[in-house]
Amino acid sequence: MTSLNLEENFQSKIDTEIKIEPKDWMPDAYRKTLIRQISQHAHSEIVGMLPEGNWITRAPSLRRKLILLAKVQDEGGHGLYLYSAAETLGADRDELVQQLLTGKAKYSSIFNYPTLNWADIGAIGWLVDGAAIMNQVMLTRTSYGPYARAMVRICKEESFHQRQGYEIMMAMAGGSPEQKAMAQDALNRWWWPSLMMFGPRDSESAHSDQASKWKIKRKSNDELRQQFVDVTVPQAERIGLSVPDPDLKWNEARGHNDFGEIDWDEFWSVVKGNGPCNRQRLQARIKAYEDGAWVREAAMAHAEKKEQRKIEPEAAVKAA
Amino acid sequence: MTDTSIKYLLQLADNALILGHRLGEWCGHAPEMELDIALTNIALDLTGQARNLYQRAAELEGQGKTEDDLAYLRDVWDFRNVLLVEQPNGDFAHTIVRQFLFDTYNYCLHQELAHSADEWVAGFAAKSLKEIAYHQRFSSEWVVRLGDGTEVSHAKMQAAIDDLWTYSGELTLPNEVEKQMASQGIGADLAKIKPAIDAKRAEVLATASLQGPTGTWMQSGGKDGRHSEHLGFILSEMQFLQRAYPGQEW
Amino acid sequence: MKKEWPLWEVFIRSKSGLNHKHVGSLHATDAEMATENARDVYTRRNEGVSIWVVESKHITASDPDDSDPLFEPAKDKIYRHPTFYNVPDDVTHM
Repeated sequence: MTSLNLEENFQSKIDTEIKIEPKDWMPDAYRKTLIRQISQHAHSEIVGMLPEGNWITRAPSLRRKLILLAKVQDEGGHGLYLYSAAETLGADRDELVQQLLTGKAKYSSIFNYPTLNWADIGAIGWLVDGAAIMNQVMLTRTSYGPYARAMVRICKEESFHQRQGYEIMMAMAGGSPEQKAMAQDALNRWWWPSLMMFGPRDSESAHSDQASKWKIKRKSNDELRQQFVDVTVPQAERIGLSVPDPDLKWNEARGHNDFGEIDWDEFWSVVKGNGPCNRQRLQARIKAYEDGAWVREAAMAHAEKKEQRKIEPEAAVKAA
Repeated sequence: MTDTSIKYLLQLADNALILGHRLGEWCGHAPEMELDIALTNIALDLTGQARNLYQRAAELEGQGKTEDDLAYLRDVWDFRNVLLVEQPNGDFAHTIVRQFLFDTYNYCLHQELAHSADEWVAGFAAKSLKEIAYHQRFSSEWVVRLGDGTEVSHAKMQAAIDDLWTYSGELTLPNEVEKQMASQGIGADLAKIKPAIDAKRAEVLATASLQGPTGTWMQSGGKDGRHSEHLGFILSEMQFLQRAYPGQEW
Repeated sequence: MKKEWPLWEVFIRSKSGLNHKHVGSLHATDAEMATENARDVYTRRNEGVSIWVVESKHITASDPDDSDPLFEPAKDKIYRHPTFYNVPDDVTHM
């Protein structure tokens, strides 16, 4: 087949909802876009362990501690599934991790905000996971098979994450005045960064057109953001918390909430590395990677020695 | 009798809670993603065991306390965990050696407890034993991997063993509570299980070409509430919210 | 010397009586570690009763370019399917 035919054939599969699988022909740009997007997603899961992991040792009850451990662990698992999906495209996990550690690759900016009180753990589950789920549910139908399958698994596992977050918020919003203040404080700090998670406005987004033609992304940033606002506002009202946006108003004609303008200067500033915790997050990942190097090497060396001993038992005995 | 039983349950619970807490500190920071998940699984098992034990202890106490009252509102001197489990994570070698020393003890202990005269204890132990068997397998394999792996890993493992060995004796040195419980057939006779623990440790260390030190002075006291300096820091972090905002639901 | 842990493919039997099914992959130094990592990573929610792991490099996949000669010929062999045959409705147990 000529390259033109290959390309047509590829696009016609996408148009007829046939998934692309690892060994199928695909345009280089599709492969690159996917590796970039999937690995960024994986990095976000791994870095995302840090702000919540921060509270594992301070969780206020044994039940909460178990839930938080399981949740942060799930995020590690999700990172792992996603790196695996990227590996089916010929990427190498260690190289992808290097890109994160050297700052070449991005991860979701939301994790560059600090977790300051226990209600932040609730707010992250409720808002951050809630926003992520909107994106992830869409991605279960993405055109690349391994990515879609990883997302199905992730969505299944994530379903408890948002609920546990909301449960924390509900308990605190209905608790003592201090607890309620913590809950409101957390909502105030996490609301806008959560809206930013959907990325730049459609008119500003660099990747959207091609990504939607290839059905990598099936809804626009603005559509998803609107959907998030519409489902989340009543959830806040239900537990007596107020969304920190004076412009928030139900628009009967549109059938959606109108909401205020995101502070795009803040958005770009955090993307560029100036969020409150960018440095700390990256340093924590680098430290884990560097401190773990001897462990990874030793495990590999042991496996090789063991294999060698199987092949040459006599030599091993002599060497010992 | 009940008072001693409660103390005995608290010893078991505090061991599980504090070791689980330490492992939880690794979450998000382990040497490899797969290991991060594995360590957290062990932390989850241990914290789950602690919950069951605290619930049972609170029930026997009959004063309307909850599992959280026992975990979050007792002070250092009330905690009955062994010194080993409160030792800091250190590098991964220290974490693995601490885990290995504890698991080898914990496995034999629960094997015995599965035949306890107390029905609840026997049931709890039989269930937990499945988890603990996996912990022991995991930590033993890592002892071998890192002992055998590279010169660097071997040296780090030997250093961790040398550091932590002093806390290994307390595990099988019975205090009054344990003696009474053993005599009633509720608790395990530590003298009886010690040879099996020692043999398992010796076997794994030999495979890993690591040396268990001899003639080490054995620290003890944790079981009776005399702890190392570390526990106070663990509790001040763990109990912070419960102490700062007493009596709240979370 | 940098050596990454090899990649393994994981297959899980979700309950007795069912086939092992591919669930994903992971990194491990050897088969033993791969099995345990698979247990920790892919059966956290009680998803399995049995695990297979195989190092990814040992899997040979058919080439998508060959899919016509490989799979097209089976498509028109409709006589292999029971619905191809006409049997009166009142004949039962068939």
